Amino acid sequence: MSRVHGYGRVETGRTLTFTFDGRTYTGHPGDTLASALLANGVHLVGSSVKLGRPHGISAAWTEDATALVQIERPFPEPMLQATTVELVDGLVARGLRGQGRLASLADPARYDRQHTHTDTLVIGAGPAGLLAALAAARAGEDVVLVDDRSCAGGALTGTEVVDGRPALEFVADVVEELARLGVRHLQRTTAFGQYDDGFVLALQRRTDHLGAAAPAHRGRQRVHRIRALKVVVATGAQERPIVFADNDRPGIMLAASARDYLHRYGVLAGREVVVFTSDDAAYAAALDLAGAGSEVTLLDVRDAPPREWAARAADAGVAVHASAVVTGTEGEQRVRAVLARTVDGGIRLPADLLLVSGGWNPVVHLFSHARGALAYDPELGSFRPTSSLPGVTAIGAANGTLDLAGVLRDGAGPDAPVAGPEPARTPTGIVWRTEGDPDRQFVDIQRDATVTDIGRAVGAGLRSVEHVKRYTTIGTAHDQGKTSGVLASGITAELLGARIEDLGTTTYRPPYTPVAFAALAGRSRGELFDPVRTTPLHEWHVAAGAVFEDVGQWKRPRYYPRPGEDMDTAVLRECAATRSGVGILDGSTLGKIDVQGPDAGVLLDRLYTNMMSTLKVGRVRYGVLCGNDGMVLDDGTVLRIDEHRYLLTTTTGGAATVLDWMEEWLQTEWPELRVHLTSVTEQWSVFPVVGPRSREVVGEVFADLDVGNDAFPFMAWRDTTLDGVPVRVARISFSGELAYEVNVCSWYAPALWTRLLAAGQRHGITPYGTETMHVLRAEKGYPIIGQDTDGTVSPQDLGMSWVVSKKKDDFVGKRSFSRPENHNPLRKQFVSLLPVDGRTRLPEGSQIVELCDDGLPEPPVPMLGHVTSSYHSAELARPFALALVKNGRARIGELVDVPVDGALVRALIGDTVLVDPEGARRDG
Amino acid sequence: MQLIHCPWCGPREEVEFHYGGQAELAYPERPAELSDQDWAEYVFYRDNPKGPFAERWSHNAGCRRWFTAVRDTRTYRFLGTAKPGEPLPVTQQREARV
Amino acid sequence: MADTLFRTHPLAHRRAALAELSAAVGGLSVYPEDEVAAVDLRVGPVGPGGDALGRALGTALPAEPNTWTHTADGQLIWLGPDEWLLTSAGGDPAELERELGWVVSAFDGAAVDVSAQRTSLRLRGELARELLSLGCSLDLRPTAFPAGTCAQTHVGQTVVLLLALGADDFRLFVRQSFAGYLADWVLDTAEELRAAPCHPAALANLSEE
Repeated sequence: MSRVHGYGRVETGRTLTFTFDGRTYTGHPGDTLASALLANGVHLVGSSVKLGRPHGISAAWTEDATALVQIERPFPEPMLQATTVELVDGLVARGLRGQGRLASLADPARYDRQHTHTDTLVIGAGPAGLLAALAAARAGEDVVLVDDRSCAGGALTGTEVVDGRPALEFVADVVEELARLGVRHLQRTTAFGQYDDGFVLALQRRTDHLGAAAPAHRGRQRVHRIRALKVVVATGAQERPIVFADNDRPGIMLAASARDYLHRYGVLAGREVVVFTSDDAAYAAALDLAGAGSEVTLLDVRDAPPREWAARAADAGVAVHASAVVTGTEGEQRVRAVLARTVDGGIRLPADLLLVSGGWNPVVHLFSHARGALAYDPELGSFRPTSSLPGVTAIGAANGTLDLAGVLRDGAGPDAPVAGPEPARTPTGIVWRTEGDPDRQFVDIQRDATVTDIGRAVGAGLRSVEHVKRYTTIGTAHDQGKTSGVLASGITAELLGARIEDLGTTTYRPPYTPVAFAALAGRSRGELFDPVRTTPLHEWHVAAGAVFEDVGQWKRPRYYPRPGEDMDTAVLRECAATRSGVGILDGSTLGKIDVQGPDAGVLLDRLYTNMMSTLKVGRVRYGVLCGNDGMVLDDGTVLRIDEHRYLLTTTTGGAATVLDWMEEWLQTEWPELRVHLTSVTEQWSVFPVVGPRSREVVGEVFADLDVGNDAFPFMAWRDTTLDGVPVRVARISFSGELAYEVNVCSWYAPALWTRLLAAGQRHGITPYGTETMHVLRAEKGYPIIGQDTDGTVSPQDLGMSWVVSKKKDDFVGKRSFSRPENHNPLRKQFVSLLPVDGRTRLPEGSQIVELCDDGLPEPPVPMLGHVTSSYHSAELARPFALALVKNGRARIGELVDVPVDGALVRALIGDTVLVDPEGARRDG
Repeated sequence: MQLIHCPWCGPREEVEFHYGGQAELAYPERPAELSDQDWAEYVFYRDNPKGPFAERWSHNAGCRRWFTAVRDTRTYRFLGTAKPGEPLPVTQQREARV
Repeated sequence: MADTLFRTHPLAHRRAALAELSAAVGGLSVYPEDEVAAVDLRVGPVGPGGDALGRALGTALPAEPNTWTHTADGQLIWLGPDEWLLTSAGGDPAELERELGWVVSAFDGAAVDVSAQRTSLRLRGELARELLSLGCSLDLRPTAFPAGTCAQTHVGQTVVLLLALGADDFRLFVRQSFAGYLADWVLDTAEELRAAPCHPAALANLSEE
């Protein structure tokens, strides 16, 4: 065991049992999986993806590049960092060798999101962040403070002194005051992206650390969507390694991380320790580990080691070599010896832990996400924020301030608490790599990407770090180059003979740490993935056993199967019943727009291809809307309600688009028109009662309504009432049959529907769904906009020149009709297709080709068009299709071939109207 | 998630809005008199400047009103918004924050 | 056959589940409200049209965007620069449309019965704001969204007309076809609050984490 008495803040009084790679170990609350493994002497975690080299634990938090694990229990999750997984009882994990594995079962945990607005958001609860939050809260601001670790304090180890007392007591005092001031303080919450307008996304881990004690209803993770007037980035700094040969072995770790393991978890990561540094901070690690019982040798790159630190090291029995560099390591499963070059020549130092420190990289990710400019700071050997960003400031180590006194001042200003005395900092030696075999000098350890790989990229002519990144994949792993990014810039600069300040760094992009898709999806999954829209009759449809179809967001009954019926049988029955008797459809999803005002007719004349202003009150007209390009956008009926009022219907899917589009014309082009548009889609429920017996049913229910042809002709509407409730009935037919569309305020929809069904019972009234509706309209050649058209089809292509006014000077789309392309005889036109075998239902989307008696010729095969709709017709007792075919109308009566499943199906081109071409049925 | 300042409702998240393409493209007085080329220019051709660009947006989850926004195509930042008929806010560089 | 055409509330099938939720979560009460007559009114806010409409309604039109005012038996809610929603608990929809249509048509305005276009869900209690924050991006802090304000915005993935009636009291008008989704969203989202401490001060601090 490597647990050291008297160190660490884990709860040693309680023991947790966990399994790693099939072996059982113990740890304590407060441990991470990594600290618990180290406490048990386990350094080897997994192996690299590309080269299969053994990997261990190289850091203590999110900057770790090597210790990837697969969690098996409590729930399978691939590729987590052992350094960030909090230990719970019963945890089962294994080291990742190669790739992770997604769970094969659905994740039962809850994930959600929360919106928060605040004056000031502070990211990071280290000393700078805590003090910044405190200052803002004391000034009366609304403050949110987020921090990714389990408790506040940041990089403070507990050995520091602030205002004359131990640093962690100071932290506890600040945390308590923040709570008193009402600061919303979230630990275990990682700000992973900063976006425009003070918007920060943060992932809160809410239950994992509680293990079995987690409340059942509490979500596992929450994405906080925080909008702040001011964002303070106090994200600290991460230690930068130095690249040397075989620098990826287990037992090689960042120096500050070993210190963190000691002070946070009470774990001594090694007994025989070599520290390799170009920065002062590693001396503190060397001294602390020596104090805890390790044998420590320190190799300092610099010719003049910091005097005060060196003296302290001598007192602690730490041998310090100046002008020394590590050139290689030995050991497979764990480092066994360190090879170094000193002023005395090459040496070999036996070691079970090699600590590395090449200085510090400010964590500038969040600042950079928001397009904050960075510049190279030669003293840091890294990039730091330069220009200020409106509303965003970086403070403390995130801004390159590395001494505690400076960090406290960054957070609190001139009245900052006083830091205990520390040795003065001496300049960091800027070293990216040492001499050695570049094939084994790993820059991005997780990616197995070496100095040789960068050399190859540069050799291939790449000059930008962005290109080098993509060529070598450096910085693209789970850690997003936290330890490798700056090194890659530095080494690339060296190889190019350029200055790193000119080369710059790659762009930092969210997320800062990996975020599960489940967390991003939140509650928008399963039934709530997309809103479901229902009509007032939905419960009736469900009770009637309807099979539903998604039409946009709407749930529409597709058909109502009787016991034993499949879709085909049910649809044949519904079609036959409607054509021979009476059927009823829930058409409430149709878009409806109220158009009101003295210029209503003018607006409609400008938008529809035909004339609407001449429509008489009480009458209905079919209309088509085109875009400026002359292509059909939508269609529907227009009812003239009175002199200054119309009611339009749109397709179910087109409702929102059409209203937006009409408003755009009205508001931006013709604001002078005195007309107003209002959506009434849900105000009115609509039930087409369809078929030769519809007149009896409608006449029976609405006793006050004269349903005869003379009083109530085709394409007319009439108002009536039922039990005092206003009802509007329109003679509109989408099937060719005699039909009455019954409109009622949706409050009464279920009641009226029930009434119509009751009255229709003795006529055999049959509720039918969208599939039957489609068959009936297709038999009449009525196109469905969006199914038979695709935005490249004009009214003329549809054979609907009759709906295009010749009298109007202009309307939207008219000018495009005279473009030469619109007169191209090879334009695709709307026709029917009858498979000559009388049996094959051509799949929708099938391509149509010229007759080929000897099978399909060699590609490319010229395409004549495609099948847009295809059904089996009860009326015709055969399958039929609608299609867009080049020059189709001139080819009526000709045969074509349609490749279906490797065979050719012969089909006859015909007119679109296949049932009742003379229109005898619409009047009953 | 960017905020867009609806001239009526104030700053709202971008998802409440609908993009309507280039602004300031008046419908021709007499389309019939335009050459095919001129008509095609109106229907199909759009500017693609590097820098401030006037666009139509609709606050369609909110007040359903169309308005003009000037956005910098290099940064996506909204430089300002205006009601239809108001002068374009191009020069009036505003803070993105409320 | 019934003597009169009965009405069906769009949320009739969610009523029991919402009642159970309200009983289970202290500090949260959610229920579908009774249907009211509603008319969409369009008229220029400034000038004789707006004045005439104000006189007819007995209250000036709220000209400030995203605000609403009381009327004798309902609310007058800003929807757009020339658009308001009038609700009336006692009014007959058709009559209301006719009467107000008569007033505004003289000024080229419009009045449209939209009583069944939307339905409303009431959300009240100490946790109401917390629940909304799980699906609404607006700043709903009392200082930013006090009683008397309203907004057309998203809750979950649907558009609502959200009214602040009091400090912890909200009305959500939602299009009838989306009402089931909204209720399901509330029921799902509020699962989280079943575990929450009843006192919102504790929530604000999340010290239980």
